[in-house]
Amino acid sequence: MSRHLRVDPIACTGHGLCAELFPEWIELDEWGYPIIEHGPIPEELLAHARRAADACPKLALTVSAADQRAGSLNGRRSSKAADPSRAR
Amino acid sequence: MSARRLLAGVRGDAPLSLAGHEAVHGPAPAPGPGPGLIEAAQLAGLRGRGGAAFPTAVKLRGVASQRSPRSVLVNGAEGEPLSGKDRVLMRLAPHLVLDGAMAAAAAVGAREVVVAVRADGAGAVESLRRALAERAGDPASTIVTVPVAYLAGEESALIRHLDGGPLKPVVVPPLPFERGLRRRPTLVQNPETLAHLALIARHGPEWFRGLGTPAHSGTALVTVAGEVARPGVQEVACGTPLDAVIAAAGGATQALRAVLIGGYHGTWIPARAIGAVTLDDEGLSAYGATLAAGVVVALGESACPVQELAQTMWWLAEQSARQCGPCSHGLPALAAMLAAIASGTAPPDAGDRLVLWGKQVTGRGACRLPDGAVRFLASGLRVFAAELDEHARRGPCRACPKPTVLAAPAGRRVAA
Repeated sequence: MSRHLRVDPIACTGHGLCAELFPEWIELDEWGYPIIEHGPIPEELLAHARRAADACPKLALTVSAADQRAGSLNGRRSSKAADPSRAR
Repeated sequence: MSARRLLAGVRGDAPLSLAGHEAVHGPAPAPGPGPGLIEAAQLAGLRGRGGAAFPTAVKLRGVASQRSPRSVLVNGAEGEPLSGKDRVLMRLAPHLVLDGAMAAAAAVGAREVVVAVRADGAGAVESLRRALAERAGDPASTIVTVPVAYLAGEESALIRHLDGGPLKPVVVPPLPFERGLRRRPTLVQNPETLAHLALIARHGPEWFRGLGTPAHSGTALVTVAGEVARPGVQEVACGTPLDAVIAAAGGATQALRAVLIGGYHGTWIPARAIGAVTLDDEGLSAYGATLAAGVVVALGESACPVQELAQTMWWLAEQSARQCGPCSHGLPALAAMLAAIASGTAPPDAGDRLVLWGKQVTGRGACRLPDGAVRFLASGLRVFAAELDEHARRGPCRACPKPTVLAAPAGRRVAA
């Protein structure tokens, strides 16, 4: 099963350890918050992903099975509009 | 351009009583469980009128498939500052909104209905209260007021607030249709959407499709603001030309520079395109816009668009719940850079930075506040490129000190 990295944007406070531990997949934005590559993590990088997730002091980073996206404000139309799990 | 369905029978400023309402629309069919209404909503092509245009039938089905007990939340928070249509509808046609809410509750098997109205919508609240008192046999219904704030209409923030928490979004999923009010599966719908649903329950999907376009069916309430003679709420068939809507608002009071469609998360349409645009999502897609919650703001030649962008970005930055880093840092940074451009003090790479930061902020919040702010900004950068460049090189223009049309104190510029 493919694995993805997901950050909880509310929990994340921008320590930035993840980007140091897993630069192949994570870069920091202008303000030090992680920008995470979309898509499945290649098998050979999975150990790095887990290490980055484990190192997060806020437990904001998780390796998960599904590429779940955050919802929307007042919402704009979702790209997958027919799927109720993506509503609003 | 008479396309009155939701506002049919409304005379002047008087709310329709139950008798008046039934004289205009006929009695509501007995609400029932099961697929009937959901099927009808699907065939009608009804989409949410709160901004997201999400298919109503999909949402109804999503809640109906969850465990009991379930709830219906009417989202009348109307956080968009220049929108007034939900308050107008709830005030003047409260029974139509309630008919829709009750029909939806029956269709999804909900036993309670909560109507959330923004705190300055006293007329809407009073009208709904009176209407509820006139009705019999409805499920338990409550009317609550919610603070006037941009995020009040963000459904996860609204639910968190109504459950006793702060008015701040949460990370989803789970979405409200799985876990909403008091952790119950909750159907969250805009008042206008429910009013349309009430008419679909009466007249059927074919009737609904009798107005609008095949891809964007029915009518829509729009709130026209800015440089028009008679700002306010109109009901129009989806697909109505933009210039006809401006004309119906008494026409522009000066030469227009641009029109903003969709509010503070919306998209700018340049003046030269006003005669070519129709108000439906297909017609608007050529400009990267959607009708969203139907806000139409006419910006005159006398306004400074750079100030409109800069001050609105400040306003949006202030509306952030400041929970997510990219939003709480990114929006003020974008606003500050725009202010620097407006005053002619920006660094040479200001434009590139706006684009880069906009990309970095998008999609990285728990809610879509930052995404919408960036969409608003990005279309502004395209449509007002010349004015931005002029300010960056020469500093403030003569219109800069004037009060802006957008980012005005809530409710000041639109009759609601």
